Amino acid sequence: MNIYLQVLAMAVTTYLIRALPLTLLKKPIRSRFLRSFLHYVPVACLTAMTFPAILFAANHMISGAAGLLVGVLLAFKNKSLIVVAVASCVTVFLSELLIGLL
Amino acid sequence: MNTKEYVAGMKAGMPVCIGYFSVSFGFGAMAIAQGLNIWQAVLISATNLTSAGQFAGLTVITSGATIIEMILTQLVINSRYALMSLALGQRFGPLVGTRKRLISAFFNTDEIFALGMAREGRLTTSFFVGAGTVSVIGWTVGTALGAFAGSLLPQTLQMALSVMLYGMFIAIVIPQAKEEKPMRFAMLLALLFSCLFTWLPLLNRVSAGLAIVICTVASAAICALLFPLEEEVAE
Repeated sequence: MNIYLQVLAMAVTTYLIRALPLTLLKKPIRSRFLRSFLHYVPVACLTAMTFPAILFAANHMISGAAGLLVGVLLAFKNKSLIVVAVASCVTVFLSELLIGLL
Repeated sequence: MNTKEYVAGMKAGMPVCIGYFSVSFGFGAMAIAQGLNIWQAVLISATNLTSAGQFAGLTVITSGATIIEMILTQLVINSRYALMSLALGQRFGPLVGTRKRLISAFFNTDEIFALGMAREGRLTTSFFVGAGTVSVIGWTVGTALGAFAGSLLPQTLQMALSVMLYGMFIAIVIPQAKEEKPMRFAMLLALLFSCLFTWLPLLNRVSAGLAIVICTVASAAICALLFPLEEEVAE
């Protein structure tokens, strides 16, 4: 499949999602179910994308697990986005380095 | 275009620009690790401006799935933007014309939306687009540098950098799950479904992009039924 066609489809779809409600619909959404559904979408989607994929992000599953653990602990303490992201990243790198030395 | 408002928007957007820079660095490195070239990675960032959508899009591209699957994936993952665009439209007010709305729409990400809604007094499209401009610059330049570094760095570092994006997702999900019980439930459901699609026979043959869509829709729908929002919460 042509990668540029895929990128085009991706960009157009994303743009239309943002543009259509902003220009066409000027009334708020009434359906309680739909509003609730949209409320839960981000958390559900980000979780599904992160786990278990993060376990396969490095050569060894234990490295991914370590990165996940450090990230969750820091996020639980409400550390900023950048701190959490960099800490997970560094943990995975150090873990891979350590395994390489053993 | 109101220059004063535009500059104010650019100033307000600086922290978002820096945050986007570091995260998109990870996206660039990840795209390279998955076989894309620098130009393709930059093109995706410059035309999409959405972390989760791009990340899932990358999965769809590398798994060689169809255009339909790509559109479906983006529709589900980015559906929240429709809700935010609705709210943003109300905030701009009826005097703002269609052309200005069409330009603003491109920049409606979680962070820029939050900046716009938090603006005191009237929200102008100039302010919104100003904040959006610096953010998209941070996002695109970060992707380019990440892709460039990714192509030079040893494989171990490449992999580690690609964890950056997961780290960002963790940083967004955990605080919400900590605060609200329904969110915690949504997280656990998605976690369960995602594991089933990874390890269960037959289910693990479903392509990664489609699996994300199914996990998201199923978890969000179950939570919407079990824990519906209060009637008309003010956005």
